[in-house]
Amino acid sequence: MKLGAVAHTLRLEFLVDAAPDTEVRDGYVSDLLSDVLAHAEPGDLWLTHQRHLNVVAVGKLREVAGIVFVRGLRPNPEVIQKAREEGVNLLVSQDDAFHTAGKLHRLLFP
Amino acid sequence: MISPAPLRHREIFPVVGLDLERAGLVSTEVQRVLRRLGVEPEAVRRAGIVCFEGEMNMVLYTPGGRIILLVYDDRVELIFSDRGAGIPDVELARQPGYSTAPDWARELGFGSGMGIPNMEANSDHLEIRSRLGEGTVIRAVILRRKDETRSGSTHS
Repeated sequence: MKLGAVAHTLRLEFLVDAAPDTEVRDGYVSDLLSDVLAHAEPGDLWLTHQRHLNVVAVGKLREVAGIVFVRGLRPNPEVIQKAREEGVNLLVSQDDAFHTAGKLHRLLFP
Repeated sequence: MISPAPLRHREIFPVVGLDLERAGLVSTEVQRVLRRLGVEPEAVRRAGIVCFEGEMNMVLYTPGGRIILLVYDDRVELIFSDRGAGIPDVELARQPGYSTAPDWARELGFGSGMGIPNMEANSDHLEIRSRLGEGTVIRAVILRRKDETRSGSTHS
């Protein structure tokens, strides 16, 4: 399912919509950067509480479909700027990680 | 690991210790260079992860140093050298889950003790030489596989 459609259905707000046509294959929830580098798969939608600059680098390295900040958390403008430069999709969910992941799972694997 | 393959590219990237804002930039740049040189996507992906973990270790634990990128026809090498305190027990540092990261770093999602294991999982050869009080040199070799598949990239 395309990221744009996932965002619309789950009511995720785009902070950076670099490539909304990206295919979301699965999801991954983690706040540990090395864990994401080791175990997230390309095409995963990554749900996290981390919102500093390195998150963009990790998301790009792992080629995730996008990064979703949960519980309404917002990164600072530098992070958004960096993501725009690097072509990394950034989104915000008003739900917490558990509920965002639950809704995403239901959508991707009904 | 001595190979007759000619060196195609050599580049040195300085790393500033404790500069978390700029941390991660070298790995992004290394991937850009490798893509430009036509290195296979899987080797680019693995080198990016190895570089990020190595870079983060230098940023979090040392006053800084440099990363040398060497690109050969058959492999990519990354050499991380820092002027840090050194690693007292290298075998322990290689253990998944072992970390000496301070709380502030853990709160940012670093220090889960997976840095060196990730470097090992994404390279074909990893050498760590450390001297207390002088620093650490890590050499990672990533072989370029022309018939590469997506397997073996991350899961050790």
